[in-house]
Amino acid sequence: MRFSRKTLGIPYAVFLLLFVVAPLLVLFYYAFTNGQGVFTLKNLTDFFTDPNTLGTLAYSFAVSLATTVLCLLIAYPVAYILATSKLKAKSVIIMIFILPMWINFSLRVTALKEILTIIEGNLAFYPFLNSVLGMTYDFLPFMILPIYNSIVKLDISLNEAARDLGANGRMAFLRVTLPLSLPGIISGVSMVFLPAMTNYVVLDMLYNSTYIMGSLIGSYFNAYNWHGGSMIALVLLGIICVFSLITNGKEDEEAKTGGALL
Amino acid sequence: MEKQENIIELKHISRTFSDGFKAVSDFNLEVKRGEFVTFLGPSGCGKTTTLRMIAGFDMPTEGDILLNGRDISKLPPNERPINTVFQRYALFPHMNVYENIAFGLKLKKMPKDEIKKKVKKVLELVDLEGFEKRSVPTLSGGQQQRVAIARALVNEPEILLLDEPLGALDLKMRKEMQIELKAMHDELGITFIYVTHDQEEALTMSDKIVVMSEGKIQQIGTPEDIYNEPQNAFVADFIGDSNIFNGIMTGNMTARFAGGQFTCVDDVTEGTQITAVLRPEDIELTAPENGQIRGKVISVIFKGIHYEITVQSGRYEVVIQSTKSAEVGSEVGMRVEPDGIHIMIAEDHTNVFPVDMNRNHRLEFNEQELDVSLTQLIKGSRRNENHELLDENGEVIDPEKIHIIAAIEPQDIRMTDDVDDEQVLIEGTISNLIYKGDHYSYVINTDVGQDFIVDDEYLWNMGDQVGLILPLDKMRFTVKK
Repeated sequence: MRFSRKTLGIPYAVFLLLFVVAPLLVLFYYAFTNGQGVFTLKNLTDFFTDPNTLGTLAYSFAVSLATTVLCLLIAYPVAYILATSKLKAKSVIIMIFILPMWINFSLRVTALKEILTIIEGNLAFYPFLNSVLGMTYDFLPFMILPIYNSIVKLDISLNEAARDLGANGRMAFLRVTLPLSLPGIISGVSMVFLPAMTNYVVLDMLYNSTYIMGSLIGSYFNAYNWHGGSMIALVLLGIICVFSLITNGKEDEEAKTGGALL
Repeated sequence: MEKQENIIELKHISRTFSDGFKAVSDFNLEVKRGEFVTFLGPSGCGKTTTLRMIAGFDMPTEGDILLNGRDISKLPPNERPINTVFQRYALFPHMNVYENIAFGLKLKKMPKDEIKKKVKKVLELVDLEGFEKRSVPTLSGGQQQRVAIARALVNEPEILLLDEPLGALDLKMRKEMQIELKAMHDELGITFIYVTHDQEEALTMSDKIVVMSEGKIQQIGTPEDIYNEPQNAFVADFIGDSNIFNGIMTGNMTARFAGGQFTCVDDVTEGTQITAVLRPEDIELTAPENGQIRGKVISVIFKGIHYEITVQSGRYEVVIQSTKSAEVGSEVGMRVEPDGIHIMIAEDHTNVFPVDMNRNHRLEFNEQELDVSLTQLIKGSRRNENHELLDENGEVIDPEKIHIIAAIEPQDIRMTDDVDDEQVLIEGTISNLIYKGDHYSYVINTDVGQDFIVDDEYLWNMGDQVGLILPLDKMRFTVKK
């Protein structure tokens, strides 16, 4: 029996329909209807008028931004040192940073919770800090790996050429290494920033009472307000789409000029 | 300060890497202002390492680099008035042609309109007018090469370093660039230091050639000197095709080699062991009775402007280049004029290496015991009841305090590809070979760091893993206290 490409694609198409397209349609349906199943834009206007929702959106942004910046600040030097050093133990160090990814997520966050409790006494005093720390710990490898990959692919002679043409070490880094590792940074940022907006499990596990977008959606659904919850999810989806479009455009541009992509 | 004639001097430069590999040893060179100097040698001979030390990417472990009489060996590359054209160009992929070339000038904080003028001028020099806005990946290999040269030249360096810049180009492009580079050098008057493994490139372009092998300078000279008067067999073999024979001086200006008697122009003492080099184009085919040596033609290959004829003469093979063909199988005579013979005093190729006395008071090399009588070797010594070695005063000899040197001739060492053979004393890899007419001379790198020179009549390949058999009766031992 012969399969054409089309027949081989059927299982995937079915999967796509059942688990991506259908839920999306359901999401759209709930977002734009009220409890009686009548079409309405009330959920949308509610989203943008409810100070609680908007406040949570702003707070989520703040947490995400702080997490991303902190991840970047830690990850770039680590990735740079890993990629450029001639250490024989390099693979061991990479393992140290990747190994946490193999340990169960809840175990990691619980460990962090215990450590933070020892240091802070009561976790409730520093909700913002704890959220950022928890997320940073969780997402750090996703920032290190793409940056490491983009730096390790750089031709060492490019840096030498910059030095040769009169750049000191700092200038060579700023003018050559940093711009050429930008694709790695963009990949890293998009892998940290967006998930950090919705990953409320970390907050819950750290006994955090603050809300980010993920927790907000959860609370709407727990209160059987499927319509409001769906609208929030939809708006988030829109934000993610816009963000990916921007970064993808940037990445394509980098790819054209020979930048390394993850 | 008074202008010095030598722009750069390298004094006793050595570079040993952290793994103990000596890439360059005792390198001495003086380069005159405006000269075109080429470092020539096979890969791994240390030529690129030397260039990197001049550029500042690598630091010598010993020695000084003087630029205009000032030591610069500790200066970082950005503080040296030297620019480099890299092997793979190393153009910045995120910048266009203009930004690449302007990179160095911008760092010097030069005014914008002046940068513009200079970039335009240098693009004209490399024949790329109007390429300012082009992005690097859209350029061909040859164009990238020109941008790389422009980027270095625009900074008006005192010395331009070129690291095999034409290696990535095809043959036709390479020939064109050779001529253009030479023309640029003549026009600009900048000192060029050029690295290549291509002997033809070196001979075509250079004022001075530095031939290197295994981190050492083999010969420094003009292209004519290097070609016509090679100082040793390595240079002769590396530059151009050559017939190389071992021989002996039989009188003033007469020598015997390849089974014949020759008159030469070099006055070397009678009885001296020599290496004779004959260029294939200096050998003339004649009637059998008119030649100094005779033989049978075994192959003729047409090479476009000449024939390459191989003649078997006794146990020697002689390669001849001639515009006239010869018939395979025919008997021919070979004549060489005295000035066509280059005589070099043979280097002493005896292998000398230290052997140890181990705790059992036996001789050992490469963790294998050698069955040699130490009591005979060390005068007045004897063994006691514990088989320990006693010196003439009856005291036990400390193995640490005694040094024994072994020596063996290249022709006495046998090579085998069966490295598990019990007779094999040490294993190694063939790193060099030179055909000497009736045998090959090999250099074997071993794991213990000792190089062995071995003569063998059979052809082995570069990089072959071989076991060396050193017959004990052919080894000579000397004791140093």
